[in-house]
This record gives sequence, C-alpha cells and structure tokens, in this order.
Amino acid sequence: MNLLITFVNGLSLGGIYAMIALGYTMVYGIAKMLNFAHGDIIMVGGYTILLFLSVNPIAAIIASVIFCMAVGIVIEKVAYKPLRGASPLAVLITAIGVSYLLQSIAQMIFGSAPKFVVIANLGTLKFGELAIGYNTIITLACSVVVMIVLNLFVKFSKTGRAMVAVSEDKGAAQLMGINVNSIIMITFAIGSALASLASLFFLLKAPTINPTFGSLPGIKAFTAAVIGGIGSIPGAMVGGLLLGVIECFAQSVPAVSPYTDAIEFSILIILLLVKPTGLLGKKRREKV
Amino acid sequence: MALLEVKNLEVYYGVINALKGISFEVNEGEIVTLIGANGAGKTTTMQSIMGFIHPKAGEVVYDGHTITGQPTHKIMRMGLTQVPEGRRVFSELNVYENLIMGAYTNKDRAQVKRDLEEIYTLFPRLEERKTQMAGMLSGGEQQMLAMGRALMSHPKLLMLDEPSMGLAPILVSQVFDMIKHLNDTGTTILLVEQNAEKALAIADRAYVMETGSITLTGTGKELAQSEEIRKAYLGG
Repeated sequence: MNLLITFVNGLSLGGIYAMIALGYTMVYGIAKMLNFAHGDIIMVGGYTILLFLSVNPIAAIIASVIFCMAVGIVIEKVAYKPLRGASPLAVLITAIGVSYLLQSIAQMIFGSAPKFVVIANLGTLKFGELAIGYNTIITLACSVVVMIVLNLFVKFSKTGRAMVAVSEDKGAAQLMGINVNSIIMITFAIGSALASLASLFFLLKAPTINPTFGSLPGIKAFTAAVIGGIGSIPGAMVGGLLLGVIECFAQSVPAVSPYTDAIEFSILIILLLVKPTGLLGKKRREKV
Repeated sequence: MALLEVKNLEVYYGVINALKGISFEVNEGEIVTLIGANGAGKTTTMQSIMGFIHPKAGEVVYDGHTITGQPTHKIMRMGLTQVPEGRRVFSELNVYENLIMGAYTNKDRAQVKRDLEEIYTLFPRLEERKTQMAGMLSGGEQQMLAMGRALMSHPKLLMLDEPSMGLAPILVSQVFDMIKHLNDTGTTILLVEQNAEKALAIADRAYVMETGSITLTGTGKELAQSEEIRKAYLGG
C-alpha cells in the first residue's frame, strides 16, 4: 500500500518535473540553446503568486502565468535574440547570467529569507488506510491534461507544426514562409507558462519560497529532459515522470534518502554512458 | 519587364570574396539557368536572393520591389521560393504533412485541398506515399516532394538548386521534364545546375559562373553549341 502511495506521489512530482522539462526541451529543439534561466522562471512565478494572493488565489495563478510568459519573451528578445548565430558558449554564459540576474532581482525585492505562500489548504483524501494529499492528485491530473493539450497543439495546430518544422530545419521552415523569430517567441512563452504552473504545484506541496526556489528543480528538470532525450517532447514527459518516481522511492527508504539527489544525477550519468541521445532522443541522419 | 533583377551583388565569407559583383535578370515566363563548376558561387547567389545571406553590396529587385535585406519568410510570401540544395524535406513529417507545410501561408483551406490534388496529379508517386515519413523516401521521391512542397505556395518565380544532384539518370530526365512542364504552365524558373547539358537544353537563357563572376551569357542553344562551354562543362 505504501508503495502505491509512493508511486502516485512520484508521478505527481514527476508531472511537475515534466512540465519544467518541456520548457527546456522545446527551447532547445527550436532555438538550439540551453536556457539555464528557465528554472528561475519558476521562482518568478512563485513570487508573482505571492504578490497577488491577497487579491484572490485564482487571480494570482492567472497573473503568474501571464507575467512569466512576458518575462520569458522579454528575456528572449533582450538577452538571446541578439546572440542568434553566436557561439553556443556565449549563449550558455548569457543564460547563466540571466539566471543570476533574476535571482538577484528577487532578492532585492523580497529579501533572501523564505516567505510563506499558502495558496489553499487542500487536505487529504483517505481510503481506509490510504492517505494521499489532494494537492498530489490535482498536480497529477493537471500535468496529464497539460501534456495532452501540448501534444495535441504540436501535432494538429498550424503553429505546432511550424514548431516541428523549425526544430528540424530552420532554413527550410523559412522557405515555407514561417517567421522563425515569432515561433521562437511563442516557444519561450509556452515554456514560461509551464514553469509558472510548476511554481503553483510546488507551492501547493510546500508553501515556502526564496530567491533560489527554482534552481534545484530547474537542474533536475533539465536532467529529466536529457534523460528523455533533449529536443524530444515525449522524452521530456517520460524523463520527468521517471525522475519524480525515482526521487520519491529514494526518499521513502531511510537508508538512501539523504542521497536522493546523488542517485538521480548518477542515473543521468549512467544513462548517458549507455545511450548518449537519451531514452527517446534521435540521432539525426543526413541524407545526401 | 524583368521579374528578378540582380544588380552588382557582392558577397564575402570573411575575407573570401564569393560573389564579385554579379548582375543578371530573369524575365517573366523564362527558364534561366546558372551553370558553373563547384564553388563558382551559384548556391551563394541563390542564398543571397532568398535572404539567407546578406550581401555586402548590390541589390536584388523582385517584381519591382527591392528585397535585399528582407527576411526570408517575407521574400517567400511575395511569391519567390526555392527548392534548396539537398531537398531538405522535413524527415519527421510524412509526405502529406510536408506538402501542407508548403501551403503554410495559405489560409484558404478549400484551395489548399485543390492544390494538394493538383500536386498528387503531377506527382502520382507522392499520393501513393502520402503517409510515409519523408525521411524514408528515396532521393528521387524526396526531390519530387521538395518540388511539390514549393509549388503548394504558388510561386511566381521558383528557384531550384541542383535538383538533379545524386539522382539516377532516368530520374534526372524526369526532373528536367517536370521543370519544363512547370514553366509551360506559367512558373518562371531560375535553375542552378552542374548538369550543364540538361540545363542548357531546357533553358531560354543561361549565365556561366566562374569563381564569383559571370563570364558568359547567351541563349541556352547558343551556349550549348559554344566551343568554350563544350570543352569546359559538356565533356568535349
């Protein structure tokens, strides 16, 4: 029974990782860059919820999604767009810089001490001996819905198809009349919206926030994206869920729980040794 | 009136002068070909017209508008498109999805459907393979797909970069027949080819490029008979 609870908790946590991982993987697929400031968008989302919580929780969530999308778009325009075509290293360093910038701004505004953000007290669902937090169930349900919607969007919408085209061949996509810059902008907006949802679900789990709130989840979700195969949308989902389940099981065993993070990153290293492209990543073959 | 006018185009890759101020024009309804050896600057010329490469000097005028410096997707929306070298079909999409991608700028769904039928009539092979992933097609089929995809946008001027590259001889003839057919049905063609013999046979006019300059020009027939060309490009 405990195993089942742990598994559900793992899937729920994994759903959050998957949502963040999707942001990394989509941006990587389309703009060919690692956006290491992505984790800090989670933190921005969390503080936005804090600011608007006194108005109304629903308003706070909506404000957080909108503000994160705006921040994502501005970061892309100001920091990354001028570097299109620059060396990947320059872009990477810039992303790390943006990450510290966001953390420092948050620290200036809110201070470095943790703040409480109690969005709602959802209580616990009990089936006889089984007890599971409503927040866990809501998180899991929402993340499943988000993943389905995103998949449908990419498969069937015109913009989604354009995203696939841009991620495969930017030049050929332009020849179809696709505006690559606006596709990149939309990708950043979607990724940031998902990150803001992740902040909501993290705060439902544990209602405190500080300026480095997004760092570790960001790195872990990046790990999940790489495990799944960076650039692959289903890969990010699988990688995220897998990482969440592993984390919860590791934490449930007292002997190994202090080493949870180490276990997760070791799995990444081992997997990359065995399958460098990740679980669902593809090696691109070029036909001449 | 010239549909496309290239005026004194100069392109540098770092310090290498890839195009040394070339000028040429394509009139409405023509097939014009640029021939020349590897590295002569043919692909660079096309990439500059299409906005992928920004020239250092010179101007490209299309349909009365200066398009130099415009982004590629805007140039394409004006009715000028390119079948790139190496076809570059979207291998992760199937044949049907590739063709639909070609109609990305067309909002009229009914017309897209009619266009699709037309492409399938033109290339029956593509209809047979419509659910196959484009990456799984043979080189010849990919070339047809790349051409069909470009035609989905109803280009006024279609530029083809080495359409015969890597194809079996029988397919090469088919590709050239198709180019001729497209031209007969109203599409103006700018063709870049290493297969000079085939290209000259269907071209109204031709330009010969050598290391970044245009060295010779004439009608397809004239150049096909010219002693110089025969020696350099047609194997005697």
